[in-house]
Amino acid sequence: MSTMNLTVHVWRQKDARSPGKMVPYKVSGVSEHASFLEMLDVLNEQLIDKGEEPIAFDHDCREGICGMCSLMIDGRPHGGQAGTTTCQLHMRKFKNGDEIYVEPWRAAAFPVLRDLCVDRTAFEKVQQAGGFVTANVGSAPDANSVPIAKEAADRAFEAAACIGCGACVAACPNGSAMLYVAAKLTHLHMLPQGQPERLHRAQAMVNAMDAAGFGNCSNHYECEAACPKDISRDTIALMNRDFTKGTFAHRPRDTKGDGAG
Amino acid sequence: MNLDARIPAGPIAEKWSRSKFEMKLVNPANKRKHTVIVVGSGLAGGAAAATLAELGYNVACFCFQDSPRRAHSIAAQGGINAAKNYQNDGDSIHRLFYDTVKGGDFRAREANVHRLAEVSVDIIDQCTAMGVPFAREYGGTLANRSFGGAQVSRTFYARGQTGQQLLLGVYAGLSRQIAAGKVKMFNRTEMLDLVVEDGRAVGIVVRDLVTGKIESHSAHAVVMATGGYGNVFYLSTNAKGCNVTSTYRAYKRGAGFGNPCFTQIHPTCIPVSGDYQSKLTLMSESLRNDGRVWVPKNKADIGKRPDQIPDEDRDYYLERKYPSFGNLSPRDIASRAAKEQCDDGRGVGPGGRGVYLDFRDAIKRDTEDKVREKYGNLFDMYERITGENPYKVPMRIYPAVHYTMGGLWVDYNLQSTIPGLFVLGEANFSDHGANRLGASALMQGLADGYFIIPYTLGNYLAGVNAAQLADPKGAAFKDAETDVKGQIDKLLAIKGKRSVDSFHRELGTLMWEYCGMARNKEGLTAALSKIPELREKFWKDLTVLGGAETLNQSLEKAGRVADFLEFAELMCRDALVREESCGGHYRTEHQVEGEAKRDDDNFCHAAVWEYKGAGNEPARHIEPLSFENVKLATRSYK
Amino acid sequence: MSWFSSYVRSSIGAKQVMAATGLAMVLFAIVHMLGHLGMFSGQDAYNAYAHFLQTLGGPKWIARGGLLAVFVVHVASAMRLVARNRAARPVAYAVYKPVRSTLMSRTMAMTGLVLLAFIIYHLLHFTLGMVQPEFFHKLDQAGRYDAYSMFVRGFQNVGIFASYLVAILLLSLHLGHGASSWLQSLGLRHPKYSPKLDKLGPAISLILFLGYMAPPTAVLLGLIKLPGA
Repeated sequence: MSTMNLTVHVWRQKDARSPGKMVPYKVSGVSEHASFLEMLDVLNEQLIDKGEEPIAFDHDCREGICGMCSLMIDGRPHGGQAGTTTCQLHMRKFKNGDEIYVEPWRAAAFPVLRDLCVDRTAFEKVQQAGGFVTANVGSAPDANSVPIAKEAADRAFEAAACIGCGACVAACPNGSAMLYVAAKLTHLHMLPQGQPERLHRAQAMVNAMDAAGFGNCSNHYECEAACPKDISRDTIALMNRDFTKGTFAHRPRDTKGDGAG
Repeated sequence: MNLDARIPAGPIAEKWSRSKFEMKLVNPANKRKHTVIVVGSGLAGGAAAATLAELGYNVACFCFQDSPRRAHSIAAQGGINAAKNYQNDGDSIHRLFYDTVKGGDFRAREANVHRLAEVSVDIIDQCTAMGVPFAREYGGTLANRSFGGAQVSRTFYARGQTGQQLLLGVYAGLSRQIAAGKVKMFNRTEMLDLVVEDGRAVGIVVRDLVTGKIESHSAHAVVMATGGYGNVFYLSTNAKGCNVTSTYRAYKRGAGFGNPCFTQIHPTCIPVSGDYQSKLTLMSESLRNDGRVWVPKNKADIGKRPDQIPDEDRDYYLERKYPSFGNLSPRDIASRAAKEQCDDGRGVGPGGRGVYLDFRDAIKRDTEDKVREKYGNLFDMYERITGENPYKVPMRIYPAVHYTMGGLWVDYNLQSTIPGLFVLGEANFSDHGANRLGASALMQGLADGYFIIPYTLGNYLAGVNAAQLADPKGAAFKDAETDVKGQIDKLLAIKGKRSVDSFHRELGTLMWEYCGMARNKEGLTAALSKIPELREKFWKDLTVLGGAETLNQSLEKAGRVADFLEFAELMCRDALVREESCGGHYRTEHQVEGEAKRDDDNFCHAAVWEYKGAGNEPARHIEPLSFENVKLATRSYK
Repeated sequence: MSWFSSYVRSSIGAKQVMAATGLAMVLFAIVHMLGHLGMFSGQDAYNAYAHFLQTLGGPKWIARGGLLAVFVVHVASAMRLVARNRAARPVAYAVYKPVRSTLMSRTMAMTGLVLLAFIIYHLLHFTLGMVQPEFFHKLDQAGRYDAYSMFVRGFQNVGIFASYLVAILLLSLHLGHGASSWLQSLGLRHPKYSPKLDKLGPAISLILFLGYMAPPTAVLLGLIKLPGA
C-alpha cells in the first residue's frame, strides 16, 4: 500500500468574528485508500501531537448522505469528483507531494463559524418557508389510492436526492442557492401530493431564499457540475416557471379565518 | 426499580386499539399549555416533534447537527417494512409480527411488536402523503422488494436512499411546525444531562456547540430519540457523531438500561482497509436479493482472482447452510457465518477479513442495465471507496457493527423507569429483541414518532398540571449544570498527551475483540478488567486543546468517549451475565453445531440495569417475557 | 401593483426582466443586422430603406423610446444584480476553478459594459453624426440622406473598422451566453428539446457576428465602394 506526504493549505479562523487565513500544514503517511476526511483526521492527530489545536470541519455520516461535510478542495466543492461528497472522496485521487487547498464554503448567507465549519441556517429558513406538504399525521389516504406514474416518481426522487450540503452555493460564482431551492420545489412539483400548494410554495421558498442573502442565478450552471447528487439545472427552469405562474396567475393566500364553529 | 410493562389486557390484536381508547386525552385548549422537549430529530424524534406540535403541544427539539435533516436515520439505505400485502404474497399484520418476534430470537415484547406491525401500514400512507417518492411500478402503484429474514416482499424503498427520503418527509413536517412557531428548533445543541425533580423528568441541560454555553430547558415531559450506541466499537456503520451520552446520562439519573449487550452486526459492509479507518460503510442488505455470497472452498485459492475460481471451487456457504433462506438469512446468522469462514482461513482481501458478494449471475440473468437500475448508486459508492468496479469484480464485504437493539427500558407506553421520560426509536430497547430484521428500524422509528407517542404522551400529560412547569433556575437544574460544567472543566484540565480518538480507537478494538460477534466468559472478564484501566488512562493522559466556550470538536468527542468508557463496562457485564446465545448476542459456550443456543428457562427476559452510583456495581433486574402468540421455538432458517 | 414590484425585485423576477429585455434587444439586433445587409444591394436600395425608417414619424419615436427603455432597464437591472452577487460572496476563494460556466457567461458584466460604451459611440457616430460630422446628413441624388456613403466612408477608416470589430466580437460573446440563457430564465426547458436549444445562443452569436461584420469588411476590402468610385 502506498502512502503519501502532502502539503495541505487550510483556512483557519477562530470564530465568526475573527479574521481568518490560509495556513500550510505538512501531513505524512497518508494511505491512498483513506478518505479525504480521514486524511484530515490524520493531520489533526499530528497537530494534537504537536500541541496545536486541530482543524474544525463538519462531518457526520461519512457515507455521502447526511450532507454535513462541505469543503472547497482545490477550488472545487467536495473536490470536484463527479457525484461525490468530500467524505467519499478518496486519497487515491491525489499524488504524493501534492499541495491541496482546503477552504470553507464562501457565501454571505453561510458565515464561517470556525475554520472550515459554516452556518447553513439559511437553508433551514428556505425549507421552513414552504418545503412541505401540509398533511397532518392521521389524515393520509391509502398509499395506493393515488397512482403516480413511475416517471414522475423517478423525477421526484432525483430532485429529492438533494442532501442540502450547499455545494451549489459554494460553486456558484454568484453564491446563489437556486439549485437547492429548485431541487426542493421540483421534488414536490412532480408528485400529485405537492399540487395543492405548488404555486404558493414556489413563491414562499424563493422569497425566503432572497431574504437570506444568496446571490442571483445567472445561468452559469456551476451548481449542476458541483452537485454531489447530480441534480439537473432543469429543476431551476421548472422553478422559474412555477414562480412566474405563481406571480401572474395565482391569487395570494387568503389569510382571513373561515369563521368555522 | 418498577418494571411494570403496563401491557394492556385482551387478545394481542386488540391491545393497541383498546389501549388507545382507554388512554386519557388532553383537550385542545390544555395542549397548548404543555411543553415537551424532544431530543433528537431523526425519524423517531423528528416525527414525534412534528406530530406533537400538530396536536397543539409546544415542542422544543434538539439536535447536534446543523440541521434536523442530518440525523443518522438519513443513512438507511434499503427500505421500510409494512404489512400492506400489496403483492398478494401472503403477508399480513400477523405475519410481520411473527417474523419480527422470531427474527428477534424471542427476546422482544410481543405486545409492542404487534402494535408495530399494526401501525406499519399507516406509516406508508403517511409518508406517501408527505411526498416521499417511493419506488413505483409503471402502473403507478407502489413497488416492493424482499429483505433478510422474510419470505414475502413487504419492503418499500426509494432506490438506495430510503432513510433519506423518509427523513426528508419527517423534516418537511417538522419544518412546517417550526415555521408555525409550534416547534422551537435548537440545532448544533447537544444534550448533556437529564434533569429529574420529584421523581419526574422535567428538563435537560444542553451545550450550544457553537458558543459552548451551557443552558437548561424545562418541560412537562422529555422525549428522547437519540439513536444507538454502536460507536462504542469506534468502527461502525453509524455516523461519527452517534453516541451514548444522552441515554447514558439518563441511566445515571435513574432510567433503567435494557439489554445493553444486544448489538447487531450487519453482514454486508465494506471491509476495513487500514488503521486510519474512521467508519465502516454499509452496503445495503437489499444487495443480498441478487448477490451471492461465497468464499473459496480451498485455502489454496486465496489470493487468486475471483473470476479464475470455477464454480465447483466456490463455497456459497449461506445457500449451503440455509437452503430455504439462503443469501437472505437474517443479519446475525449471515454475519456469524462470514466470520466462521474467515476464522477458517478462507477469507479474502487484506488480512483475510472479507467474503465475496458476487453479482455475476444476476448480471448474466438480468443484464448489467437491470442491475444498475436497482443498485447503481450502491455500486458507485462501492467503487468510490474501494477503487474496484463491482460489475466486473465481486464486492468484498465483512460484517460491521450496525445497530443496537438494547437501549433505555420502556414500558408499553414508551415511558422509561423515570416518569415523564419517554424513549423512542433505536434509543429504546423494545421491539427488536436480540436481533433486528432488515428494514424494521425505519418502521419502528416512524411508528414510535408518528403513531404511538402522540397517544401515550397525552395519557401522561393528562395527569400533569400544566401550570407547574419546573423552574430552569431551580436547584435540580443548577445541580445538573454544575455536574456538566465540572466534567468539561475536568476534561480540559487533564492536559495529558493522547488525543480523544486514540482512546476511542483503543476502546473500540477492545470491544470488538471481547464483546463483538462472538463472546465468551474469558474474554468478557478480561474486558471488564481492561476497560477500567483504559478509563483511568483516559482521565490521566487525555489532551483536549482549545477552550470550553467555543466550537470545540475535541471537547465534544471527549465527553462522548468518557461516557462510552463507562457504558462499555455495562455492556460487557450484561453480556457476561447472559449465559445463552440469542440473536446478535453469541456466546461461544452456548452453541449447537455452530448455531446459537438459547436458554429460555433462565433467560427468557429482558435484563434491565439500574445505576447505583459511581464505583458501585449496577443492579440487574429482569422483565420476564411471555410468548403467548408466537410459540417459543428454536429459530430455523434452514 | 405591489405584487409586480416585488416580482421585479425578486431574484427570479430580476432574471426574467434580464431575459425579456435581452430577448427584445436580440430581436432588434437581428432586424438591425438584416437592414445593414442591404449595403450589398447598393446605394439606392440602402438609402431607400434608411429613408423609410427616418420618415416613419410617430412609430419611429415609439420604437426608439421603447428600445431606450428596454436598454435602460436591462443595464440598470444588470448593475443591481452584479452588486447583489458581489455582496453574496464577500470573501473570495484562494483557489477557485470553475468547470461548467463559460468564458462568455463569466464575462457578461464586462462585455455588457463595453457594449454600453460602444452603443453610445455608435449612436454618436451614425445617429447624431458627431464622430465624422463631415460625412453626416449629406444628400444623395434622390435628395435623401446618403446613409450608404456615410457607411462606406466610416468603414474605410481602419480605426473605426477595428473598433467595430472588437465591439461586435464582444456582442457575440455576450449573446453567446445571453441568447440561450433567456430560455432557462423564463423556464422554457424540456428534456427533449433543451440540448438543441442550448446551441441557440452560440448560433445566433455567430450569425450576428458574420452578418454585422460582412458589410464593413466588404467596405474595407473594397468590395462595397462609394458610388462612382
